[in-house]
Amino acid sequence: MTYQRALLALGDPTRRRVFEQLRQGPRSVGKIAAGMPVSRPAVSQHLAVLKRAGLVAAKAEGTRRVYYIDPRGLAAIRIWLDQFWDDALSAFQAQAEKQESDA
Amino acid sequence: MIAIAPVRKQLRVKASQARAFEVFTGDMSLWWPPQHSILKSPLERHIVEPRVGGRWYAVGVDGSTCQTGYVIEWNPPQSLVLAWQINADWRYDPALLTEVEVRFIAEGADVTRVELEHRNLQRMGDKAAQVRGSVDSPGGWSAIIESFKHFADTGRGVRDEKTE
Repeated sequence: MTYQRALLALGDPTRRRVFEQLRQGPRSVGKIAAGMPVSRPAVSQHLAVLKRAGLVAAKAEGTRRVYYIDPRGLAAIRIWLDQFWDDALSAFQAQAEKQESDA
Repeated sequence: MIAIAPVRKQLRVKASQARAFEVFTGDMSLWWPPQHSILKSPLERHIVEPRVGGRWYAVGVDGSTCQTGYVIEWNPPQSLVLAWQINADWRYDPALLTEVEVRFIAEGADVTRVELEHRNLQRMGDKAAQVRGSVDSPGGWSAIIESFKHFADTGRGVRDEKTE
């Protein structure tokens, strides 16, 4: 499940910091690592986990590879709420129509 | 800032505008999917205090309470705006503000179109980024997802379960 995976991925504090750096815009591994007390390979590993969870994506920018927040990952929250409201509103509808016919 | 499109829903109910508003804002435990409860105990009632600033909260059968949000706009029987302050970890978070606007449009004496919009969802994304590693805690997402799946699989409405 997308949500579970995304939240598990963000459960690690270091990984969360990597993710949060991307909230300011796309960044290369080197730039992310420069702002953190961890090695480049460690940052790369965290990015790989975030990527698998659908939270970040990568693209080539010149000779570098930059990572950015994948809006589809955060949209998982939206998908979940969308389903929630479908359920809630159909139950609401049943209740409203029931009371109306009982009245 | 990453924007997430609002969730928008529209449906028609065979009920008057006043009735639709009343059912929506009365005791929500009559229709709120019980598997999505923010309480550990079964819902006793889930209510909105009928005024701007009024609390939107759930009360469990064991007397425990949990706030869902508060009333931002209150225009019975046409519309209301509720603050939804349940975060991605399915907990009340007063620092989170997403909005649920519901409009009740009379299309006939006994037909009402209901339009719902849940917006500013990207704020939940911000919160998700700050969420602790609590996914496996009771009431965390994994439990919610499981119960959601159960609900989806059984396809049973709240009303059915309550009247049995």
